[in-house]
Amino acid sequence: MSEHEPVTQKDGVISIPPLRGQRKWKWQSYRIEIDTAKNGATWWLPFVSVLLALLVCGIFIAANGMNPFPVYKKMFTGAFGTAYGLTETLVKTIPLLLCGLGVAIAYRISVWNIGAEGQFAAGAMAATAVTIYFPNMPGMLIIPTMIVFSIAAGGIWGLLTAIPRTYFQVNELVTSLMLNYVALLALDYFVFGPWKDPEGMNFPGTKVFTASQSLPVLGDTRLHLGLIFGLIAIVLYGFFIKYTRAGYELRLIGASPEAAKQAGIRISRHILLVMLISGGLAGLAGMAEVSGVTHRLMYGISPGYGYTAIIVAWLAKLHPVGLIVSSFLFGGLIVGGFSVQTIGLPSSISEMLQGAILFFLIAGGTLSKFRLRKIR
Amino acid sequence: MHETYSVEMRQIVKHFGSVIANDHVDFHAKRGQIHALLGENGAGKSTMMCMLSGVYRPTSGDILLHGELAKIKSPKDAMRHGIGMVFQNFRLVQTLTAAENIILGEKSSFWRGSKWLNNKQQEIEALAQQFGLTFPVNRKVWQLSVGEQQRVEIVKTLYRGANIIILDEPTSVLTPGEAEQLFETLRHMKSEGKTVILTTHKLKEVMAVSDHISVMRKGKLIHSIESTATDERELAKLMVGKVISESHPHLPREKGERLLDVREVDVFAEQGRKSLDRISLHVNEGEIVGVAGVAGNGQKELAEMLTGSKVWKRGSITFNGNPLRNGSVRAAIEAGIAHVPENRMRSGLAGSLGIVDNLLFKSYRLPARSRLGILRISKNRAWSEDLVKQFDVRTSSLDTPVQQLSGGNQQKLLFAREINQQPLLMIAVHPTQGLDVGATQGVHRLLGDLRDNGKSVLLISEDLDEVIQLSDRILVIFNGQIVAELSREQADSEKIGMYMAGLRAAEEVAG
Repeated sequence: MSEHEPVTQKDGVISIPPLRGQRKWKWQSYRIEIDTAKNGATWWLPFVSVLLALLVCGIFIAANGMNPFPVYKKMFTGAFGTAYGLTETLVKTIPLLLCGLGVAIAYRISVWNIGAEGQFAAGAMAATAVTIYFPNMPGMLIIPTMIVFSIAAGGIWGLLTAIPRTYFQVNELVTSLMLNYVALLALDYFVFGPWKDPEGMNFPGTKVFTASQSLPVLGDTRLHLGLIFGLIAIVLYGFFIKYTRAGYELRLIGASPEAAKQAGIRISRHILLVMLISGGLAGLAGMAEVSGVTHRLMYGISPGYGYTAIIVAWLAKLHPVGLIVSSFLFGGLIVGGFSVQTIGLPSSISEMLQGAILFFLIAGGTLSKFRLRKIR
Repeated sequence: MHETYSVEMRQIVKHFGSVIANDHVDFHAKRGQIHALLGENGAGKSTMMCMLSGVYRPTSGDILLHGELAKIKSPKDAMRHGIGMVFQNFRLVQTLTAAENIILGEKSSFWRGSKWLNNKQQEIEALAQQFGLTFPVNRKVWQLSVGEQQRVEIVKTLYRGANIIILDEPTSVLTPGEAEQLFETLRHMKSEGKTVILTTHKLKEVMAVSDHISVMRKGKLIHSIESTATDERELAKLMVGKVISESHPHLPREKGERLLDVREVDVFAEQGRKSLDRISLHVNEGEIVGVAGVAGNGQKELAEMLTGSKVWKRGSITFNGNPLRNGSVRAAIEAGIAHVPENRMRSGLAGSLGIVDNLLFKSYRLPARSRLGILRISKNRAWSEDLVKQFDVRTSSLDTPVQQLSGGNQQKLLFAREINQQPLLMIAVHPTQGLDVGATQGVHRLLGDLRDNGKSVLLISEDLDEVIQLSDRILVIFNGQIVAELSREQADSEKIGMYMAGLRAAEEVAG
C-alpha cells in the first residue's frame, strides 16, 4: 500500500491508481478499478469455473501418468452414458438437491449454514427412530410420519445454530460446523449401540426397513420417490421467494440488511425462520436417503452430501433452476468418480474437482468486481 | 520576521476525480505552537492533513518541512520526516495490548523476549508520563475507553519520534473531561518544542487551546490569524460564510395543530455518551421545520429515534395525539412517519433489486399490495408504473436494479415511495446531498408540496442555505440539545452560525 497512492472512493467506484513509475510500459497505462456497486458475478462464471477446474485437475491426472481426456470421458459416460449410470446419478442428485436448496436459502440472507451434514444426519436418525419405536404403525402412516419427524429434527438442529446467532451473536459458521460432529457421532452411537441390528452379524446398522417403511422406487433401479420431494421443494422455494411476503422480506434482507431494517423488518426473526427451513430440508434429505437408498440407518450414511451441497448452492448462484442443474452435475461427478476407479485412479478425483470448482467460483466472484481500464 | 516554519504547504491542489477537495491552499505552522485548522465538514481540512501525513498525494503543490522541500509519498515517508497523525478512527489492533500496538512495526530486534518487552514497556510508560498521558500499557486495546485509546495513538506517534503531530477531530469522541486532559497534553507537547496541528469545527476548543488558527471553507483557506487577534464571533462568520438566501414563493400558512411533541428525551451513543441530551422539540401540521447544526451534534440520532431505529431513554414522544412506540420501525411507518435517510443507497434503497421491489418497501404489508401473505404481483407492477410516471423517474424498465439509476432518479424513487405512504410527517435527512442543481430543485419542490398539502416536514440538513430557504421554523442543534428556535423572519445565517458553533445559549423562542 505504501508504494502507491491510496485507494480513493467516489460514487461507489473505488479506483486504485497505478504503481509508481507508470507509463514506461504499455500495460502500465491500465488501472484496476473495483466496482462496489456491482455485487455478484456474471452468468457465465459457473461455466468458466467448471472448465478451469477440469483444466487444473487434468494437470494432476496427467502428473499421475494418465491422459486426462479418456479419464474425463470415462467419468462422463459412467455418470450419464448408460441408463444405470444415469439413475445412479439421479440417486445422488436427490440429497444434494435437498441439502443444496437448504443451504441456498440460508445463504440468501448471508447466514452461513455449513451444518447441512449434521442436519442431514439428524433427519436420518429421526426417520429411523420412527421405524424402531413404532414398528407396527399402519403402512399408510409410516412414510408421512417419517417425513414429518425428519423435517422437525433437521429444523431443530438448524435452530440450535440459529438461536445462539440471533440472541447472542455467536458465529453460525462455528456452531453449525461443530454440530455436524455432534450429530454424526450421535448417529455412530446409535448404530453401534442401542439400534444395532442383533441379527446383522455385528454390522454397524439398524434392521433393514420393511417395504412400507421404504420409499417406492422406479422399476428395478435404485431411483426413489425422493426425487419428487426435491422437485416439489424447488418449485415451492421459487414460489416462496418470488410471490410471498416472507419471500420478499428475505430478498430485501439479502440485498441490503440496512435497508431491510428501514422497512421495519426484524432480521433476527428471519434468521430463525430460515434456519428452520434450511435444516428441515437437509433433514428431509436424510430421511430420503435412509428410506429410499440404504433402507437402514448405518455407519457412514453420508459421503459428505452436506458439504458438497455448499458447492452445489454456490454453483447454482442460489437460483432454483440452477440448483437442479448443479446438483445433477455433482451427482454425476460422484458417480463418475467411482467409475474411474476401474482404471486405477482414486475416486477422490471427483472431490478434487469439486474443490477446484468452488475455488474458481469464489475467486471469480471476487475478481469479477475488478475492471481493467485504460488510462487516457 | 522571517522565521522558518516547521510545516509549510504551498499552493496545494487536490482533486478526487472531478471534485476539487483543496484549491490552491497555502498552509504553514510553526514549531512550539498549537495550530488549529478550522472548518465545517467537507471544507477540506482532513484532506490537507492526509496529504501532510502521506495518506494522499497532492495533485499539485509543494510541502516544505523545516524549510526544505520534502517528498512525502507514503505514511512511512511521513514518519521518517517526523510527522505523526492521530486519525479520527483509531488505527489500533483491538486484540493486542496498548504497548504491543505502540511497538508494532518496530524492526530493532528480532528476538522479543519478556525482558525486551519489559524494557519497552517501561520506556513507553516513561514517555507517556513525560506528556501527562496515563493508560494501562498492558491492557488489550478493546478493553480501553475511547479516551485511553486516543492516548495510545498519541504515544504511538511520539514513540516513533514525531515532532509534528496532527490530530484529526480529536475531541469528537471525547467527553468534556477527557478533552480537557487532552488539551493539557497538547500544551505539554508544545512546551517540548513539537508542532501540533489539530483539525476541528468546535470554536470553543480552538480558542481555548490554540495559538494560531487557519480557517478553511469549501476547499480554500480563507483566513489565517493568531488566536489572540480574533474572537469566536469572527471565526464563526468566517467558517460559515455569507449565505445568500433566495426568495422562493413561500405562502404563509395558518398555524396547524401540534403533530409531533418530543419532551426531554435522552439517546445514548455506543460508548455511553449522550448523543441527545434532554432534547425537546415539536412540529406542527403543515410546516417545514429545519434542523441546522454542525455534523455530529445529534442530528443522525434524532432522525433514527423518530423513525424507530434507535431507542430513547427517559422522556416521551407524542405523535398525532398518541405516544410513539419506542424503537419500532414498523410502528413509526404505521403511524405515518416517512423517512428519507441520510445515505440513500445504504439504508434507503436496495441497490441490486428492481424498481418494484424498492417501491414496495413500506407498503408490502398492506392489503392493497399483498393478500394472505402472497404479493399481488401484477397489481403492484401497475402501481409502480404509475408512481414512476407520476414522479418522473427515468428508467429503462421496472426491473432495472436501482443502483444503475442516477442519484437524482434514485432520490425521486425514494420520495415516490415515501410520499405514496400518505405520511403525516416526513423526516428528510440531507435530502439533496450529492444531487445536481436540477434534482435539488425537484426535491425542494416535493418538500414544499408536502407542506402546502398540510403535511409536516422535519428537514435535517448540513446545508444552511437549504434550511433557511425551505423552513418555516429553524431549530439549531448543538451537543444533543436544541439551542435556538428561530422563525423564518428571524433567520439569518450569521446568527444561526453562532448557535451552531455553540456560542450563544438558548434564549429566543419564536412564536
